Amino acid sequence: MYIIVIGGGKVGYYLARTLLGEGHEIVVVEKDPARTEFICNELGSVCIRGDGCEVATLTEVGTGRAEMFIAVTGDDEDNLIACQVAKHKFNVPRTVARINNPKNEAIFKELGIDVAVSSTNIILESIQEEVPTHSLTHLLDIRDKGLEIVELKIPADAKTVGKKIKDIHLPPKSRLFLIIPKQEKPRLPTASTVLQAEDQIIAVTTPESEEALRTALRGS
Amino acid sequence: MKIVIMGCGRVGARLAGLLDIEGHSVTIMDTDAYSFRRLSPEFGGTALVGDGMDEESLRKAGIGEADAFFSLTQGDNRNVMAAQIARNIFRVPRVLCRVYDPLRRELFNSLGIEAFSPTTIFAQMLKEKLEAEPEEESK
Repeated sequence: MYIIVIGGGKVGYYLARTLLGEGHEIVVVEKDPARTEFICNELGSVCIRGDGCEVATLTEVGTGRAEMFIAVTGDDEDNLIACQVAKHKFNVPRTVARINNPKNEAIFKELGIDVAVSSTNIILESIQEEVPTHSLTHLLDIRDKGLEIVELKIPADAKTVGKKIKDIHLPPKSRLFLIIPKQEKPRLPTASTVLQAEDQIIAVTTPESEEALRTALRGS
Repeated sequence: MKIVIMGCGRVGARLAGLLDIEGHSVTIMDTDAYSFRRLSPEFGGTALVGDGMDEESLRKAGIGEADAFFSLTQGDNRNVMAAQIARNIFRVPRVLCRVYDPLRRELFNSLGIEAFSPTTIFAQMLKEKLEAEPEEESK
């Protein structure tokens, strides 16, 4: 597959290296001459110096035949515009933009970017998982359905400890599908399963119902 | 009209002044409060520190009720991103935007944004000035 990567920073460089390793044809577009030279030295002649938002540069790298276009610079506005130029001027079928400011996630979707990846959110979530008191972790987004898979932990002092699943009122579009007790083996929850302190629960929910689900499972 | 301007550079500040004198309700935004020194002392509109690419700041500036939005920062991409937020998310009826790069301008016009390239306009004007007879500038 021919893939164009805009931005040769850490993300762009490692992305290009990985994609090359998988046998794809890659071109990296980078503004900074020193960085361009570094990438060419490391990965072969795959990096071109230029502005990834400029039509002239994108014509030069043959954007018209690219199947995928990935913009991973440190500036959200540059990633957005580069993807829009690729999409509207060159009809690239799939555009992916990195987002640094999580606030822009909804905006990018609204403005027609196929996939928007929020690097800040991903880092935040990974760190949150390591914070012992944090009770809800995002595991996976099911993008086109507006659903997400999350992990919750039942704190030892939760009011729901000792209660049966059927007595817990879950928010709409939320389902529990795996319970991992502290000591025993993981099991599928049934109506009569009793929640215990420090149970880990894997559930599917919507971003809007997240807080309600957390409240329902902790009883406060 | 209620007008929001993003970027209080020379052009932004001057435009804000012109529109204010004509009685429009003008809010001008800039990320740096120091830029507001460019506004004339008579400016009667609102100067707001904030980023025009940020939904919340735009809301504070009253974008929801705005009849027109101008994006006039130094960055083409910033201008176009803000313009698209104003147009596609807040449905501002008129969105005008400065884009230095003439090639990009065409594309954004096709996305429904009134984009103007000072590069093209000024180059054309200089050429015409040269071709015309020299004249006495009044100012």
